[in-house]
Amino acid sequence: MDQGTRYDVLIIGAGVVGNAIARELSKYKLKIGVLEKELDVGMGTSSRNSGVIHSGIHYKPGTLRAKLNVLGNSMFERLCRELKVKMSYIGKLTVAQEDSEIKSLYELKEQGEANGVPGLQILKRDEMEKLQPGVGGILALYSPSTGIVCPYTFTIRLAESAFRNGVSFWLGKKVVAIEKRFDTFLVKTQDGETFTSRVLINSAGLYSDQICRLLGIEEYKIYPCRGEYLILDKRLGHHLKTLVYPAPHHGKAGLGIHLTKTVDGNILIGPSNEYVNSPEEYATTREIMEVLLKEGKELLPDLETSDVIRSFCGLRAKQTPPEVGGFRDFVIEHRKEIKGFINLLGIESPGLTSAPAIALTVKDLLEEVLTLEEREDFLSELPGFTGYFSELSYEEKMDLISKEKDYGQIVCRCEGITKKEVIDAIQNPLGVKTLSSLRYRARVMMGRCQGGFCLPRIVEILTKEFGFRPEDFLLHREGSYLFTGNVR
Amino acid sequence: MKREVVVIGGGPAGLAAAISAKRAGARDVLIVERDKRLGGILNQCIHDGFGLHRFKEALSGPEYAKRFIERLDAEGVEYMLDTMVTKLGRDKTLELSSAKGLKRIEAKAVVLAMGCRERTQGAIMLPGTRPSGIYTAGQAQNLINLQNIMVGKRAVVLGSGDIGLIMARRLLLEGCEVVGVYEILPYPSGLPRNIQQCLLDYGIPLHLSTTVVEVHGERRLTGVSVAKVDPNRRPLPNTTSFIPCDTLLLSVGLIPENELSREAGVEIEPMTGGPLVDDTLMTSLEGIFACGNVLQVHDLVDHVSEESELAGLFGARFSEGELRPLGEYTSIRPGPGIRYCLPQRVSRERDFFLSLRVKEPMRDKKIVLLDENRKRLIQKSFPRLHPAVMVRLKVMVEKIAKAKGLEVRVE
Ligand SMILES: Cc1cc2nc3c(=O)[nH]c(=O)nc-3n(C[C@H](O)[C@H](O)[C@H](O)COP(=O)(O)OP(=O)(O)OC[C@H]3O[C@@H](n4cnc5c(N)ncnc54)[C@H](O)[C@@H]3O)c2cc1C
Repeated sequence: MDQGTRYDVLIIGAGVVGNAIARELSKYKLKIGVLEKELDVGMGTSSRNSGVIHSGIHYKPGTLRAKLNVLGNSMFERLCRELKVKMSYIGKLTVAQEDSEIKSLYELKEQGEANGVPGLQILKRDEMEKLQPGVGGILALYSPSTGIVCPYTFTIRLAESAFRNGVSFWLGKKVVAIEKRFDTFLVKTQDGETFTSRVLINSAGLYSDQICRLLGIEEYKIYPCRGEYLILDKRLGHHLKTLVYPAPHHGKAGLGIHLTKTVDGNILIGPSNEYVNSPEEYATTREIMEVLLKEGKELLPDLETSDVIRSFCGLRAKQTPPEVGGFRDFVIEHRKEIKGFINLLGIESPGLTSAPAIALTVKDLLEEVLTLEEREDFLSELPGFTGYFSELSYEEKMDLISKEKDYGQIVCRCEGITKKEVIDAIQNPLGVKTLSSLRYRARVMMGRCQGGFCLPRIVEILTKEFGFRPEDFLLHREGSYLFTGNVR
Repeated sequence: MKREVVVIGGGPAGLAAAISAKRAGARDVLIVERDKRLGGILNQCIHDGFGLHRFKEALSGPEYAKRFIERLDAEGVEYMLDTMVTKLGRDKTLELSSAKGLKRIEAKAVVLAMGCRERTQGAIMLPGTRPSGIYTAGQAQNLINLQNIMVGKRAVVLGSGDIGLIMARRLLLEGCEVVGVYEILPYPSGLPRNIQQCLLDYGIPLHLSTTVVEVHGERRLTGVSVAKVDPNRRPLPNTTSFIPCDTLLLSVGLIPENELSREAGVEIEPMTGGPLVDDTLMTSLEGIFACGNVLQVHDLVDHVSEESELAGLFGARFSEGELRPLGEYTSIRPGPGIRYCLPQRVSRERDFFLSLRVKEPMRDKKIVLLDENRKRLIQKSFPRLHPAVMVRLKVMVEKIAKAKGLEVRVE
């Protein structure tokens, strides 16, 4: 077997969880590989969520979810600084509409405090109004440590940082068979390749039960539960100063449909809550879109139908079937009977928030198998600047354009994305060459015209400057070709 | 940097406005264009039919543009290409970005001529998956006509806007099977002449009161579900059928591109999606004018040129201090049968063109302009009226000189 495929640690799944683990472990002297079935990292749940860094008030004290949420939240600021990812602690109001809901606010506060959530306060109307003008309700719980982050930028940057520190990313490699021979895992991918490792980490998200089954572990089953969203034009972004959630209704799962602001200033309406049959059921539906629009219009009176930019959905990796509902705690375990197999399963919300803390937990479990030795040459920082060129000051922009004229050429008019940013995205360190990889990295084709204007320009850049032929263009997945050839 | 008149956008509207401003005596006129050439959307319109009114000739898009670009050069109008206006202030200062760096310009008058963009899959809330193979008609037009790239082999066109009709024919001519054009309304939204020349002449079926209700395919588009709709445009149960196809072209409407205008504080009229203007095409901000598709979506470029020449002329007059500042206005309201009319307010000092669209197709009707006492000031008969066909009426100032409020209606 050739050297290139033998690892100390193999990670299955390059979502936020797999990538956070890869980056954490890249601080040690280990040979690490990540196997991902899609052509880019973060194409599963990690790019399809609300992007909220939860405070940790919602989970029962003593659970992994509570503990890892609060710890993860506290790690975000530094991590985002190192990875040059935009984030902001914009805070959250959980609002009671009627007297019957007040009790639940105090319960949440108590629970949050038991979990170690900092700064929780019960606010009266006038104080609520100061934080969010026009907010309804009679009383609110304020959690200042709730934040927002762009979930796919965060996921991608974790991978890029891990890559910079020597982790290999194998994209388009779906794991289809696993065998354990003595102390070595033999991991086969769909294209017939075999990778080996001493430690195998399952962070396959919605497919983590299937990975378990490949190893003969039958006790888990994942029930995908869809959450649909609408993304709204930035025009409305100024309405939300902080996040506003309804108080929990007793006996109801999910956090309720609400508005969330993204770090880029758009508003999300959602998510809905429907169990679906397969982990690939990423279709949005007319019924839910209509409900979301209606509820959105109630929450934002000046919302017009034309403000909807796009709909999308994500799937929650639930461990409970529809008839049971509710939540179960994260599974994070070292399977002693299959020594070296670290299993992560049911990482639904707050999985994004918890990812950095999950990575630390996995590191501890790893020490049961391997001795870890820190590297002196770990690079914590990624190069570049945080955010987008368009967000810099006039002087900073002038300075950058004088060094690099492509910063002066705007390719995406809606978001003001420059040619330099597009070219950097095309030349991304992981070598991903799909159009969606450019969307997620450079934010092109993401604005109100959804690529109406910039897609032809990006096609031109890829054709003229990178030698793409029409047949080379893929949207996101294998088989998602854009063009059928030349016209003549 | 200072300029008398700055025109944002070098498409048909910007070209006509700039030439006219220069001819009207503005000393320096500047066009700022983000593309690498002048002409805007005309460059990708290789079909003919441009200039029938103005030049009494059927020109292609690039030929029509060329006539204006030659005049622009002859007049000595300055232009910047590959340059984007990133900010416009209410004081008529502009911020520009190009490979040469950033620049600030102070203008005495600004003409908005940024055109429009196409409505997308998201904006019409099309349910389903997100496969490749879904294009707006204009995107496909750019790829096919300017980049020699073919988008698919079997296409469905959703919406019967003019670009969709033209692209249905274009795809067919290039060997792509075109299953049909599906329109949610009970009548087509493109020009009657395009229905004839692009669909009927080529045997492409047009399905009215029908829409795409779902998109299928996880990688490339595998097909769409279509269904009939009721008069409220809601899909009718049991009328859904699946059409296999690898391409979906969207021609579901155009939206005036007014983000710069909005940020500057220009008041936008919800019905047109463009600025509210007066009879000089001045917006709610003094010295800022608007014309072409950024003002209202046109169906004929000839009208765009005519409208824009006026915007350019008044822009020049304003920059010379010859146009009096915003004063008292008489408003013009759309009455029964009228979707919108423009300008929305007039000074009663000069003749002007009244542009309007009707709400639905009609035969043998009159368009009437009434004053506040329901007195008929102007009326004109039309054998046919159609929302796809913009009506332009010249209004003489004598007719409205005493009116305190105006209304247009169909009778
Ligand atoms: C609607 C919704 C809203 C949410 N909102 C929030 C929020 O606001 N805040 C928050 O903290 N959390 C939120 N979450 C939860 C959070 O998004 C998830 O917990 C997190 O993204 C899970 O990451 P992951 O890496 O486990 O899964 P994924 O991102 O799904 O990654 C798993 C990866 O494994 C790959 N894979 C699967 N099978 C194989 C195989 N056989 N071989 C190779 N690769 C494979 C997949 O392609 C995928 O890339 C939300 C979730 C949903 C659904």
